[in-house]
Amino acid sequence: MSYFGFIWASLWRKKTRAAFTILSLLCAFLLFGLLQSIGAFFTAGADFVGASRLIVQSRVSFTDSLPVRLMPQIERVPGVAAVHHDQWFGGVLGENTQAFAFASNPRTLRVVYPEWVMPEEQWQAFANTRTGAIIGRIIADQYGWKVGDKLPLKSNIFPQKDGSMAWEFDIVGIFDGKDETWQRQTSQIFVNWDYFNEANQFGEGNAGVFVVKLVDVNQADEVAQAIDQLFLNSPDETKTQSEKDFNKGFFAQIGDIGLIVRLILLAVFFTIVILTGNTMAQAVRERIPEMAVLKTLGFSNGQVTALVVAEALLLCLIGGLLGMSLSTLAISGMAKAAPAFFGALAPDPTIWLQAIAAMLLLALVVGLPPALRVARLKIVDALAGR
Amino acid sequence: MSAMVEVRNVSKVYARGAQQVSVLDGLTLSIASGDFVALMGPSGSGKTTLLNLIGGLDQPTRGEVWVGGTRIDNLSSGALAKWRAAHVGFVFQFYNLMPVLSAIKNVELPLLLTKLGSAERLKRAQVALQLVGLTDRGNHKPKELSGGQEQRVAIARALVSDPQILVCDEPTGDLDRKTADEILTLLQTLNREFGKTIVMVTHDPKAAEYAKYTLHLDKGTLAEQAAA
Ligand SMILES: Nc1ncnc2c1ncn2[C@@H]1O[C@H](COP(=O)(O)OP(=O)(O)OP(=O)(O)O)[C@@H](O)[C@H]1O
Ligand SMILES: [Mg+2]
Repeated sequence: MSYFGFIWASLWRKKTRAAFTILSLLCAFLLFGLLQSIGAFFTAGADFVGASRLIVQSRVSFTDSLPVRLMPQIERVPGVAAVHHDQWFGGVLGENTQAFAFASNPRTLRVVYPEWVMPEEQWQAFANTRTGAIIGRIIADQYGWKVGDKLPLKSNIFPQKDGSMAWEFDIVGIFDGKDETWQRQTSQIFVNWDYFNEANQFGEGNAGVFVVKLVDVNQADEVAQAIDQLFLNSPDETKTQSEKDFNKGFFAQIGDIGLIVRLILLAVFFTIVILTGNTMAQAVRERIPEMAVLKTLGFSNGQVTALVVAEALLLCLIGGLLGMSLSTLAISGMAKAAPAFFGALAPDPTIWLQAIAAMLLLALVVGLPPALRVARLKIVDALAGR
Repeated sequence: MSAMVEVRNVSKVYARGAQQVSVLDGLTLSIASGDFVALMGPSGSGKTTLLNLIGGLDQPTRGEVWVGGTRIDNLSSGALAKWRAAHVGFVFQFYNLMPVLSAIKNVELPLLLTKLGSAERLKRAQVALQLVGLTDRGNHKPKELSGGQEQRVAIARALVSDPQILVCDEPTGDLDRKTADEILTLLQTLNREFGKTIVMVTHDPKAAEYAKYTLHLDKGTLAEQAAA
């Protein structure tokens, strides 16, 4: 028998109680893993882009399209290196799978987003094919599409001139991300804005939002102000912000996911502290005479304290690691089942680190009070049941 | 023979609320190495209190306690714990085994405090269990054993680290006559064959007959010293 063997045996003293406690720890950490990952997923859209670009949107609302004729004016603002424009297409694939599709300027996309990587001839084809579309690697793999295939993309916003919501584009390129983070974002679709512009029923000249590449990232604030100043009091007042802030605003529309996640987790952990704390307190209380015997045999106060804390730690680690493993499985499962949406939803090592830190902290919080009680125990009194 | 236990002018006073209860009062006593002593006396006379002082579980209010040449009444609680682990074996009336551990693991438990490797620990636990005649019950949990068997396991646990002295507080108090006699015979063997010094508290005059002599404690002082 080792110390571990002894702690293990003590843990299972009341099997049902231990099992239920582990089960609730498992649920808590499963929830933690899922919610943290989903929370991270919703903020990742904001985080991973950095602040190297500016987004110019209508001051009224980001769903309001800005006219494309503003483009040359923006291009002339000092500090602006290049301007690109994107129109949210409201794309739907198949029956009703939402797609991240944009009607994009096919010439400026690669200039402003060098993070998308594609062979030169495919970039050329995109710029020169009226009905051209390029799709991200995740979409290509999910649907098995190749260059040359038709892209049956519906829009739930823009009808064609004949009233049809069904569009058909030709896939002329498949792009990758420059690194792993960007690769996970390759569930996007870009269609040729020129064709979209002519063919949509709502009329020509709508650019959507402008994306500005800066000469110097440190001038972001000045350039943003200069652009907004330019259109002040015009019919097309603009609101310019860093890409990061823009994305945050975009996700804020879904609700403050981060806050909700934190509140739920707070409630969960409060419950789990009470529950596990109660289990540990009870487990030690009914064992006071045994603890006195351990001390009689020569176990020091420090050693009995360590034994109780170790038992709490073991309890928290079993439940916690099981829960986190399940959440990791669930997340990889979600990413595999629906890559277009959850492709970016990857098990995150920092969430594991947070979870392990939470397990350690929890073990201390629930294990230390009963452990110290045991340390203070007077052997003769405890043996006599006093 | 040199003294294994020397209790010098020891007093023990408990504070019970505002009241002071004097349990032992200036008690002096010497037990030679290799002795088997029975300690008798009415309930509340301080037998357990004295035994706890000799076993280093408690400390006197006044006076000195020497065991095996070491003065233990002024040791820190950490030093006392180490001392107990190395020098005393305890046997209680209600066995006080760990219910979650099998017999063999109960016996091995004190050896976790030593530097012995796991194979050596197991071997010594097996030897101790063999000594008390319970080799075949090693994998049973305490609740699967009879009272007499539990007490044998407890004695094996007290022996496993090879202490010079065993302190036993009413070791047969919860057993029937026949089983009690078996346990007492075992203690006698340990005293005679292995030279263990034994101090045993008992209420049972028949049990006291197994000892070499009996000490009578009354109201905190030793009344007489009768050789058996
Ligand atoms: N921790 C304590 N606090 C207060 N009083 C105590 C404490 N321990 C023992 N006593 C008192 O000291 C007296 C002697 O107790 P002790 O347990 O030594 O008696 P005993 O001779 O072993 O009795 P018994 O035969 O019933 O086991 C009793 O009156 C007891 O109530
Ligand atoms: Mg007593």
